[in-house]
Amino acid sequence: MIESVISSLGISGFAVSMIALLVKIAIVFGVVMLHVAYATYFERKVIGHVQLRLGPMTVGPHGLLQPIADGIKSFFKEDIIPSGADRHVFKIAPVISVFAALGCLAVVPFFDGFVLANINIGLLYIFAMSSLSAYGIVMAGWSSNSKYSFLGGLRSTAQVISYEVALGLSLVGVMIMSESLNLTQIVEAQQKYWHGMFIIPQFLGAFVFMIAAFAETNRAPFDLPEAESELVAGFFVEYSGMRFALFYMAEYIGMLVMSSISVLCFAGGWTVPPFVINAFPSLAAVPGIVWFMLKIYFHVFVYYWIRSTLPRFRYDHLMALGWKVLIPLALLNIVITALIKYFC
Amino acid sequence: MNPKDAVEKIRERFPEEIREIKEHNGQISVIIRRDRVSDILKYLHSDPFLKFDLLKDLCGVDYYKKKDPRFEVVYHIYSLQNRCLLRLRAEVPEDDCWIQSVSDVYAGANWPERECYDLFGIVFKGHPDLRRVLLPDDWEGYPLRKDYPLQSDLGEREWQGYLDVIELAKKNMEFETK
Amino acid sequence: MPTQKEKLRKKELTINMGPQHPATHGVLRLELDIDGETVVKCTPHVGYLHRGTEKLGENRTYLSALPLTDRLDYISSMANNVGYCLAVERLFGIAAPERAKFIRTLASEMSRISSHLLWLGTHALDIGAMTVFLYAFKEREWILDLFEMLTGARLTVTYPRIGGVRNDVSEEFLSSLYKFTEEFPKNILEYETLIDQNRIWLQRTKNIGIITADEAINWGLTGPMLRGSGVDYDLRKYCPYDAYDQVEFDVPLGKNGDTYDRYRCRMEEMRQSIRIIRQCIEKLPQGPVMSPDAPKLTLPAKERILKDMEAMIQHFVLISKGPISAPIGEFYSAIEASKGELGFYFISDGTGKPYRMRLRSPSFIHASILPKLCEGSLVADVIANIGTIDIVLGECDR
Repeated sequence: MIESVISSLGISGFAVSMIALLVKIAIVFGVVMLHVAYATYFERKVIGHVQLRLGPMTVGPHGLLQPIADGIKSFFKEDIIPSGADRHVFKIAPVISVFAALGCLAVVPFFDGFVLANINIGLLYIFAMSSLSAYGIVMAGWSSNSKYSFLGGLRSTAQVISYEVALGLSLVGVMIMSESLNLTQIVEAQQKYWHGMFIIPQFLGAFVFMIAAFAETNRAPFDLPEAESELVAGFFVEYSGMRFALFYMAEYIGMLVMSSISVLCFAGGWTVPPFVINAFPSLAAVPGIVWFMLKIYFHVFVYYWIRSTLPRFRYDHLMALGWKVLIPLALLNIVITALIKYFC
Repeated sequence: MNPKDAVEKIRERFPEEIREIKEHNGQISVIIRRDRVSDILKYLHSDPFLKFDLLKDLCGVDYYKKKDPRFEVVYHIYSLQNRCLLRLRAEVPEDDCWIQSVSDVYAGANWPERECYDLFGIVFKGHPDLRRVLLPDDWEGYPLRKDYPLQSDLGEREWQGYLDVIELAKKNMEFETK
Repeated sequence: MPTQKEKLRKKELTINMGPQHPATHGVLRLELDIDGETVVKCTPHVGYLHRGTEKLGENRTYLSALPLTDRLDYISSMANNVGYCLAVERLFGIAAPERAKFIRTLASEMSRISSHLLWLGTHALDIGAMTVFLYAFKEREWILDLFEMLTGARLTVTYPRIGGVRNDVSEEFLSSLYKFTEEFPKNILEYETLIDQNRIWLQRTKNIGIITADEAINWGLTGPMLRGSGVDYDLRKYCPYDAYDQVEFDVPLGKNGDTYDRYRCRMEEMRQSIRIIRQCIEKLPQGPVMSPDAPKLTLPAKERILKDMEAMIQHFVLISKGPISAPIGEFYSAIEASKGELGFYFISDGTGKPYRMRLRSPSFIHASILPKLCEGSLVADVIANIGTIDIVLGECDR
């Protein structure tokens, strides 16, 4: 659709796809940044209502302009670099975190036909990019030259690399069932079943993936690295202003990416399950992006719900859970899926 | 059990340590000399009939110009099985200001003894870690003594930490807007 | 030639928690030497809130030293006042009238609930359950409103006086309090379900900070710290004061002496406090609220001062010099405050000012057990331990 608009302007050939790609990147980037801003607002409202209070109410009607105010504040805050810090590493750490998070968005299909890069190793690319975020964390923790951020960085890195294994293994079941790593093809593979969602046959994998996703994004109940009561903010305690905003954005984009993967691999992406379409044919008229957004926002809501309810894991329990419980469960899921696929 | 029974038993075991016995409104104080305080408390703690196992309080009192051994260290001990409270007052003279620590008998005497040292200057011999607890480590003087002023300008003897804070505040006034 | 292993020396990391810190309740500074995640050595530093209450008390009359005691455990200030008033009354050999005793019991139990709610909120917040903090504070707001209705102040009330209480309770107060006792148990059950059987909470609090019964007695612990280890010692039952011998209640005991047992002890204590409050409201006798046989100790009523010469002289002497014919002697009296046993040791030399006013604070003794609890455990458990000992630095440092 974008290509037809551009070629009608009189450009032809290779430039059409180049400009179309640039326009798509701009759209995705803009929408995701807006989402990140309003995800923080949504979180504060949800957690506020759970805790019997209202959340932001002053800035704009019902606090709707709060994220804009926060964004402007981050621009204007003083940029402090601690005196003993390793300046270059300090400056580059948030950039790496954000880069790793944003890079994942390149292969996520938001609806049918709209994906920035329709590569055949989509899922593998996402694993690779999310592993890079561990670099940002360890560099931030080390270069801040502060004992608290050092401890937080160590804990966080260990947590992230432990749960990455479980994350990857839990998706192998999905790969076996859909016989592809391409995210668009995974969604199309789900349409072949009457239930339209891999969560029903792959419930074990979905369960492991959900928990590992919480741990990957350093969200409660696995937020010990940034446990407010103990280490104040963990590895990014020394950051201020826009650099802190970059880490914050990286966390929320990470949540968005994990939710997208979960929705695409387990919940059918932008499609509606066939048995629902058969029951209500009029639903087919609703554009795919709406379903995608609804599913993602439900997933993000579950993130906030769990954060406001559960206490925090202690570090050794967290590691024990990752290595001793989730990885065996994921392996079991792979074995069962493979056996069923072979014999059926 | 009446506290008087406990006093009788102490009088049997350590007759020369007791100086005086006082009573007021039902509570009994035994004023003893400081030399064998640790032995007396060990006896009271371990005797199976008396069994004063809870040390409720340990504090110091300064009888400046009212009494000759100027300080007293007061122990309030309680027996859970007999429901009996006893008060022991050990006299400590001013010029030879030390007393045996009882933190090996009652572990809960550790911090109260530090506090007594901090505020009165009574040294507890045998204490594992005798240093100031409530006041900063480099404070000079013992505030709860009667000859320490309640409120005055200590001038040169003012604590260095306070003088530093005043200096810093004066320096930061230059950043104030007019 | 040093080998590779010898060149890389391992040293313990010393980190400093506090004095300003989101977790520690007040200005407590902990110096931790950690080896990886394990705490090797823990040194608490207190004294940041030391205000010289004992020395100040020596220079004030018995009546004007009363507001100093509000600020000890500022979260449950009614209980501190009750302890002080009781100690002075016992020193002088007088007693408060029956109605005043019941009102003081009621006020002590309300402040116990208020203190335990704050403990619950901050303990849960430290362990990560943020929501319980706000729920506990919502309940606490009701109690603080009741305090304001009764005394005029929310936090530092100075309501119990030597010889009784300052003023009588109103019908509005009693009916609002009765409604509170009906709604509170339902609410507290709802908040408990958030954490009580929660797997993560149990993992964070069971077998953490274990103190055996013998150790607890030897270290001088009192209150829920001692009862969590299974020792049945509650001053309200052992040496009943005020109206505690006329109301029925149970004293919850723990078994293992770990953080979870102390948590359950305090939750049960809140329920028993509700029971006591209901009985106090139902059994409240009529009568005066200030002891009539304390003209040398208590200020006369304001209306009398404006008319009666003797009342005016009594008022003047009491304010300027304090009680004139005070007995010479000493007395130690203790109450069961929400944190533990709050003791007052008075030495009186016959003048209107106490010669020595010694405050035995439970938080000071409980803070001294932190090194024993924390050494050998993980850093995350240090936070749980600070929460479970339930110290308030105002009381610890005086």
